[in-house]
Amino acid sequence: MRNNMKNRMTSTAVALALFGTVFLAGQSAQAAGNTPKPPAQSWSFSGMFGTFDRAAAQRGLQVYREVCAACHSLRLVHFRQLSGLGYKEAQIKALAAEVEVTDGPNDEGEMFDRKGTPADKFPSPFANAKAAAASNNGKAPPDLSLMVKARIGGADYLHGLLNGYEAAPAGFKVPEGGAYNKYFPGHVIAMAAPLSDDAIEYQDGTKATVAQMATDVSTFLAWAAEPELEERKSMGIKVLLFLLIFTGLLFAVKRKIWEDVH
Amino acid sequence: MSEKQMHPIIKWIDYRLPVFSFMEHELHEYPTPKNLNYWWNFGSLAGIVLVIMLVTGIVLAMHYTAHVDYAFDSVERIMRDVNYGWLIRYIHMNGGSMFFIVVYIHMFRGLYYGSYQAPREILWMIGVFILLAMMATAFMGYVLPWGQMSFWGATVITNLFSAIPIVGDSIVTLLWGGFSVDNPTLNRFFSLHYLMPFVIVGLVVLHLWALHMHKSNNPLGIDAKTDQDSLPFHPYYTIKDLFGLGAFLIFFAYFVFFQPNFFGEPDNYIVANPLQTPPHIVPEWYFLPYYAILRAFTADFFLYAYTPIAWIMSAKLAGVLAMFASILLLLLMPWLDGSKVKSSKFRPVYAMFFWIFFLDCIVLGVVGGKPAEGVWIYIGQATTTYYFVHLLVIIPLVSRLERPKTPPESISAAVTSKAEG
Repeated sequence: MRNNMKNRMTSTAVALALFGTVFLAGQSAQAAGNTPKPPAQSWSFSGMFGTFDRAAAQRGLQVYREVCAACHSLRLVHFRQLSGLGYKEAQIKALAAEVEVTDGPNDEGEMFDRKGTPADKFPSPFANAKAAAASNNGKAPPDLSLMVKARIGGADYLHGLLNGYEAAPAGFKVPEGGAYNKYFPGHVIAMAAPLSDDAIEYQDGTKATVAQMATDVSTFLAWAAEPELEERKSMGIKVLLFLLIFTGLLFAVKRKIWEDVH
Repeated sequence: MSEKQMHPIIKWIDYRLPVFSFMEHELHEYPTPKNLNYWWNFGSLAGIVLVIMLVTGIVLAMHYTAHVDYAFDSVERIMRDVNYGWLIRYIHMNGGSMFFIVVYIHMFRGLYYGSYQAPREILWMIGVFILLAMMATAFMGYVLPWGQMSFWGATVITNLFSAIPIVGDSIVTLLWGGFSVDNPTLNRFFSLHYLMPFVIVGLVVLHLWALHMHKSNNPLGIDAKTDQDSLPFHPYYTIKDLFGLGAFLIFFAYFVFFQPNFFGEPDNYIVANPLQTPPHIVPEWYFLPYYAILRAFTADFFLYAYTPIAWIMSAKLAGVLAMFASILLLLLMPWLDGSKVKSSKFRPVYAMFFWIFFLDCIVLGVVGGKPAEGVWIYIGQATTTYYFVHLLVIIPLVSRLERPKTPPESISAAVTSKAEG
């Protein structure tokens, strides 16, 4: 009996230690530099039952289209996917039709411009990375499709960054063409503060403060990075429930079969 | 299913190709020690994870494009447009981590209970080769999405071979298929990443063959002598393994559905860019202990600077060799350990050192994930030193000097007394 207890304790210790390693290994890369950690927000899409706040994401799309899209591409996202944010087919068609897409070659071998359709991807503001860099002080603005997955901190980081423009502390020299940002690694960011209060007028009448726009566009970009998130989580709940019940049954059968051995 | 109960058709086939009696012997009757604890579940779990990896991998290969211009986007297409592509990819991606978790537990179990000892030396050694094959497979698989960490990880690790004198640079050129990590590298890594799992399957067959020669070791480390000591594999261990599988799948599914990028690096969602080095190049977590050993060998590391190693090779080469040695030395475990008693249950001194070694490996893993600076360098060098001292000094000495407690007469005697007491 005592032996059994000891065994259990070692097992638990081992399990904890293993989990600890995995956890620490995951954390280790985050301890980079002296940049403060962006404050954690309570996102609609975090947690096991999280879903995207449709209204916020739709406002975020408006921020992207009216502000970010001037410099940043969103090259992995198709218009048709916007149905995932609650847009109706007609609305998606209308949104897509607002952009010009180069298509072709046609039967005469010519490239031609046409209106966008839901099957098109979001158009990129520059023809290529070189052109993007040339128009932006030599630094091409990164694509935003996976931005939330490609930065430590995810949406919190994006939200922090958009709110993190402030005057450089005394003695900190911000080089020409750069801006000071509290949450950007090294603090010098090539992007000038993109948002200002009332920079856009929200279609739903929400007041467009910097904080509001930062939250909305972060939500939208979280969706753009993980459009499968809602389906994944709802399937995950069902899978876990099934496995819990099934494993419980297996345990009962195991007990029954082993009954005569002990 | 005895000879008499066989259906005539089954009997006809079995007379010509004895698959049915083979399965009967090896999966049903197969005598298994009755006292196996849950640490013995991880062997079958590893086999199941291998199958999961094969199935998801074959499907992913149907949609993946091995070209530097398309690889990243083809993975994103799988994530966004292929039906349940995100599910298949996240299972495969997290499956790699699960495979290593399960196999590391399986190996530590073997080390604790002396499962590598006679007559299971070859069984253990095949296991070490499986680990090496897994590492090669995982490394090449991580390159395929062609993100920043894929590219720079591949660059750092392949460059290690340049430390080999004379032929080093030629080997690196051969691995790359050119003069830098580029399209030919990606193509050959994809080809080999598809090949290696089948090599692993072959090794697993040998592993099981060797296992079934002398059957499983057990927590007492004594041989099963009579029928009283064993149970038929089915239904006793089929149901126990299935229950373990269920519990494991809950753990696995949690990560796939709720934390799919927990084990990954955000940088790998940035397209590979040969002109921009990420601030910290970190390998996947399961390589971190070896990475720590590799980096411990600096020019002033006493194990290098004050030993004859410094006369014959560079610190870089010493690090590379030490990294490979850290795994290859495990092949010698059956001979490094001179104890007549297998299980650490009866070897309290050895058991204590086992746990120190376990902790050492964990700390090595933590160090591997930190930037090589400040106190981490010294912690890495101390834990690296202990790793080798444990294998080459502590195990041989302790196993020969310690007077173990006397194990019980038989498995059944131990089980009965435990039930009564």
